[in-house]
Amino acid sequence: MSAALITIDKLSLGFRGRDLQRRPILRNVSLTVDVGETIGIVGESGSGKSTVALAMMGYLKPGLEVFSGRAVFNGNDMFALSEPQRSRLRGSEIALVPQNAGQTLTPTMTVGAQIEEALALHSGIARKARRTRVLELLSLVRLSTPRVIARRYPHELSGGQQQRVAIAMALGSGARALILDEPTTGLDVTTQAHILEFLRELTSELDISMVYVSHDLGVIARVADRIAVMYAGELVEQGNTRSLLRAPAHPYPQALLGSIPRLGERVIPASLPGFPPPVGEARQGCAFAPRCPLSVDRCRNELPPAVELAHGTAHCFRVDEAALWKPAGNPVSSCRTDTVALEVKDLAISYFTPSLPSRLMGVRASPDTVARVDFAIRRGETLGLVGESGSGKSTILRAISGLIPPKHGTIELNGASLPGSIAHRSLEVTKPLQMIFQNADSALNPRLSVREILEAPMKLYFDLSQAELDQRVENLMGAVRLPISYLNGFVGQLSGGEKQRIGIARAFAAEPDIVLCDEVTSALDVSVQASTLALLKRLQESRGAAYIFVSHDLAVVRAISDQVAVLYQGRICEIGPTDSVFKPPFHPYTEILIGAILVPDPDTAPRLLVQDASESSPPSIGCPYQRRCPCRAGPICDTEYPPIRVLADGHRIHCHHTSAALTARASSFDRNLETRTLSAGTEQRVLSQ
Amino acid sequence: MTDAVATDSAPARRRRPRVRINSTLRRVASRPSGAIGLILTIFFVLLALFAPLVAPYDPAAFDPDLVHLPPSAMHLMGTDSLGRDVLSRVAFGGRLALVVTFCAAIIALLWGGTAGIFFGVVGGRIDEFAMRIVDGFLAIPWLLFLLLMASITGGGAWIVIPILGFFYGIAIIRVARAAALQIGARDFVTAAKLRGEPRWSIIRTEVFPNVADIIFVEGAMRWSWMLIAFASLSFLGFGATPPTVDWGLMIANERAFMAVAPWSVLWPCLALSTLIIGINLLADALGKAVGVDRAGDMPA
Amino acid sequence: MFKIIIRRMGFAFLTLIFVSGIVFISVEALPGNVCTAYLQRFAQGPRLEKCIEQQGLDRSSAVRFRDWLAGAVQGDLGVSLKRQKPIRELVGERLRNTVLLAGTSAAVGVPFAIVLGFWAGLRRDKRADLAISGIAMLAMTIPEFVTASLLIFIFAIWLNWLPAVTIVPPSASVLDILPNIILPAIVLSLVMTAHIMRMTRTAVIDILTSDFVEMARLKGVPERRIIWRHVAPSALIPTVNVIALTVAWLLSGVVVIEQVFNYPGMGTLMLQAIYDRDLPLVQAIALIFSFIYVGVNLLADISAALLDPRLRTSRRVY
Repeated sequence: MSAALITIDKLSLGFRGRDLQRRPILRNVSLTVDVGETIGIVGESGSGKSTVALAMMGYLKPGLEVFSGRAVFNGNDMFALSEPQRSRLRGSEIALVPQNAGQTLTPTMTVGAQIEEALALHSGIARKARRTRVLELLSLVRLSTPRVIARRYPHELSGGQQQRVAIAMALGSGARALILDEPTTGLDVTTQAHILEFLRELTSELDISMVYVSHDLGVIARVADRIAVMYAGELVEQGNTRSLLRAPAHPYPQALLGSIPRLGERVIPASLPGFPPPVGEARQGCAFAPRCPLSVDRCRNELPPAVELAHGTAHCFRVDEAALWKPAGNPVSSCRTDTVALEVKDLAISYFTPSLPSRLMGVRASPDTVARVDFAIRRGETLGLVGESGSGKSTILRAISGLIPPKHGTIELNGASLPGSIAHRSLEVTKPLQMIFQNADSALNPRLSVREILEAPMKLYFDLSQAELDQRVENLMGAVRLPISYLNGFVGQLSGGEKQRIGIARAFAAEPDIVLCDEVTSALDVSVQASTLALLKRLQESRGAAYIFVSHDLAVVRAISDQVAVLYQGRICEIGPTDSVFKPPFHPYTEILIGAILVPDPDTAPRLLVQDASESSPPSIGCPYQRRCPCRAGPICDTEYPPIRVLADGHRIHCHHTSAALTARASSFDRNLETRTLSAGTEQRVLSQ
Repeated sequence: MTDAVATDSAPARRRRPRVRINSTLRRVASRPSGAIGLILTIFFVLLALFAPLVAPYDPAAFDPDLVHLPPSAMHLMGTDSLGRDVLSRVAFGGRLALVVTFCAAIIALLWGGTAGIFFGVVGGRIDEFAMRIVDGFLAIPWLLFLLLMASITGGGAWIVIPILGFFYGIAIIRVARAAALQIGARDFVTAAKLRGEPRWSIIRTEVFPNVADIIFVEGAMRWSWMLIAFASLSFLGFGATPPTVDWGLMIANERAFMAVAPWSVLWPCLALSTLIIGINLLADALGKAVGVDRAGDMPA
Repeated sequence: MFKIIIRRMGFAFLTLIFVSGIVFISVEALPGNVCTAYLQRFAQGPRLEKCIEQQGLDRSSAVRFRDWLAGAVQGDLGVSLKRQKPIRELVGERLRNTVLLAGTSAAVGVPFAIVLGFWAGLRRDKRADLAISGIAMLAMTIPEFVTASLLIFIFAIWLNWLPAVTIVPPSASVLDILPNIILPAIVLSLVMTAHIMRMTRTAVIDILTSDFVEMARLKGVPERRIIWRHVAPSALIPTVNVIALTVAWLLSGVVVIEQVFNYPGMGTLMLQAIYDRDLPLVQAIALIFSFIYVGVNLLADISAALLDPRLRTSRRVY
């Protein structure tokens, strides 16, 4: 057994409150990382996962102090060293790949200069050789034009490129251990999958230890040998990845796994009641007790000790019962009616139309941001719009809501055509169409009380007495399961999940026919996501509203939608009933998207294209996917827009391949998405033909 | 397991995040700089109000026999070049300045704040065009323009009010607009727009409560700078004019005799400076209490 | 990059036209004209006609504006009513003196302020910072003429080291004028330094807590290098902006200071012109000052673009 490279030994740290009381961020955490091992630290917001990882470098965010315990790296007690000593170790022996590379790269230095700086400090390579080494590192992280990239400034690179630069910088110093703090958050699914694959290869090539911090179990499953699960500053379970994911011992990871939406079936995942505790709250017992379905009094009063298991350790008094408990989700039944609520025909939206003088000077209009979009939604139905960044899904919502008038095409609400711009829409027309936003912090006015926020739409659309208003407001709070006492308070005091519920309540205050949901669960913790989805479904059943649900997360869309449209560069690739879209035959892009998804199963590998490219705008003629498609039908893909192939059940695919060809292609791949199990050791790559 | 009622984790407190006078004042007074600023400002305002009670002599009464007397029991601050009691003149010297600048500050706040919020919310061509004009005005060194106006109109304290109000209002337009733009970008304003709320309602309910304190703090800061401006103008002969008692005027008239009777210059200097420092400290502490960052400004 | 410079110059040009317009219109707006304003009770008969002819007031407003601007660009600013000399002559040497004074103040104040700002920002809330910030606070709030009077009292009257007022004529050589510059320049620099230092200090403090500086520390970069390579370039960007604002202030402040010290510059000339109701002269000086301000702003904009890669276009910079 190799010696532990990093040891966290009963570490407790936190900050001092205004009353000088100790407010813990980490409580009694013990972890080890062996040489050449990759450990994944998983947790939601406030779990302390980043804090633990940074503590391994001996780094504390300003304001934090160590209460007890140690962090040991390569035999050095990091918190006992002096700052210059720690500085010497950082960057050279243990390096960090931070979360938001765009913000952590110095804006006034070129990327190459910054990598060179790291080399100059730690590697002892001579000046001339350093330049070469920078280029080597940039190609090591799979950046295609190292010379060009090295001369660029951080803001000139895309998110994925910035992240790779950060990895290159960390590798350059020859560190033995890498700490990666959510390095792929905010990147596209396909980009993320590529970076992870490359990290896997790297660590096996170079025998580096990795500490990978993430909230995404799918990502961790792919990358880590061992997992440590954190909740509210406590380590609740750790162990071998495969065993822990197959059969967790602690209720929290059980519940977490249960609340992740799966691609295989249309089920609203089991939700965890309540919300994570506020950061720094002092408590005596297990942090998870208030939300744990198995908790007893003992759990609330005593901190559970580590229980040895076959695959690792868990901190729980009721390990045996936890193993038997399996949270179950709710299968979803559709509540759609036959009345068409919203119909969109041949919608095209453009962000930039050159003015007449520019056009005279020869400036050509760029291809429309969104084009040729058709769909219809019925009352009580949910249409999911999925795609990566640049897919136009949010743009379509903006056009429907009237923020951006479409370039051409019609939007019909309940049979009547909608004016393109919000300025031309009367209240009768805006009332049935409401929107919920991604970021509840930004979507609620911090200076208004919750009551005032909920009353605003009602005062606008209905003529009600104060008593009626009060009644309705209280009903809404009940519908979103929030206590009435919140009404006189302000949103600054609420958690993310609670704020989002207020946003949902506000949308329903208008009694809408259609609710536009713009990535409404993307900013929420996984454990809260499931309960929010369940809430949305319940409201749909009781009030009969239709949803247009925009998300980049296919599994979430699968759980809640009746119909799904897959978008690429503002054009629909595939649209149809959810079950049909998520089963073969696929549009080539849908296939890639589904293939890139990471599920919390270490034996399931994503299917990736060799090239990971992102495009900034669609081509002006031909199929929008022509440049990245792995199975082009021929030169016709470049010149003609693909026709619609109609398959069973209203399932439409836009492709030059015939329906028969698509069906034939489908049969050569696995039918059941959940079992993309591969034989041990082999990886399958889809090559461009 | 369906989602259940959220645990009553955070009982909603009734504390409004609005700028409540009491709580903000308390926060301001708790800082040493804020406390000093508050005390100084109140002191001088009271002094200006109760000057007739404080002054031992008539500030205009001159006596050729008492010229340039050093400070003594009879004249605590000495006498000036016309034999007038300096203490009495200092007591009255802040009145005009405070009234003029206060009125100008209110004008600047109202006009700058309204225009700024309006342009920030309206956006588009109107906003672009207006900002070009604002930039143009900011390109004119205000004092020069004021002097230009003074040379045309003949000067005098009351002309100064609208001109000061106008120019400082322009600076406030920028601040108000920036604040309104920032708020306007937040989703809750978009949500209101999407609902179909009329524009004036959006400004009143969504935008204004969030920008009011920023604009107010800006106004308070500008007030202190207006005092500097007014004093400079009086010094040059275009603000207060004789026989008005005014600190700037006193300094201008007496500085020729500084070698002989420095007290007649130094006391008004002290009074003027202390008042301005007081208001400045107060505005700064107010800004910090409300959460505003104010580093990059110039008095002009 | 070029595009940005051209655009900025275009805007500067438009602003100049606008400002000239304002200066012109404000005089046009008064009842009567420059001649009646100057001559007042004597505005009648042959004197008035002669004045009108000399000033060209028989042309229409638009024509006069155009001629005035066109002349200004070539250096002809009209004729002074009081002194009956071309304004250009009167302004010439005074402009030199004012530029000397303002230039010296800026040359001393700006670098000093930047250094002080860094010093204070790096030692935030320690004694050095509190002292520097405290003095800056005083310099910013005490009116310049007060500071000037105090300095005169200390250095000219009490210690007798420097002249209190300037006695040399405007046309004196630079060497003769130099001793008279010291006190006024000190006053001006004090205020300038205070404002610029404050901005630099804030920028330094902000950047020291930014993500990329934190990352540089985690990379193991020594503190000294962090300050020079990572903090300084970013901190200078907002500073350049404040420098432009400071110049605007300088153009106002210099008028007051010149008056206090009786310094033979544009400021005292302008005040004299106002006292004399010599409007053409007043207009011309206002115009010159505005041009200088716009010019400095343009330089500041361009410098900001040079310093901040984010302000340039996405073209590669080698």
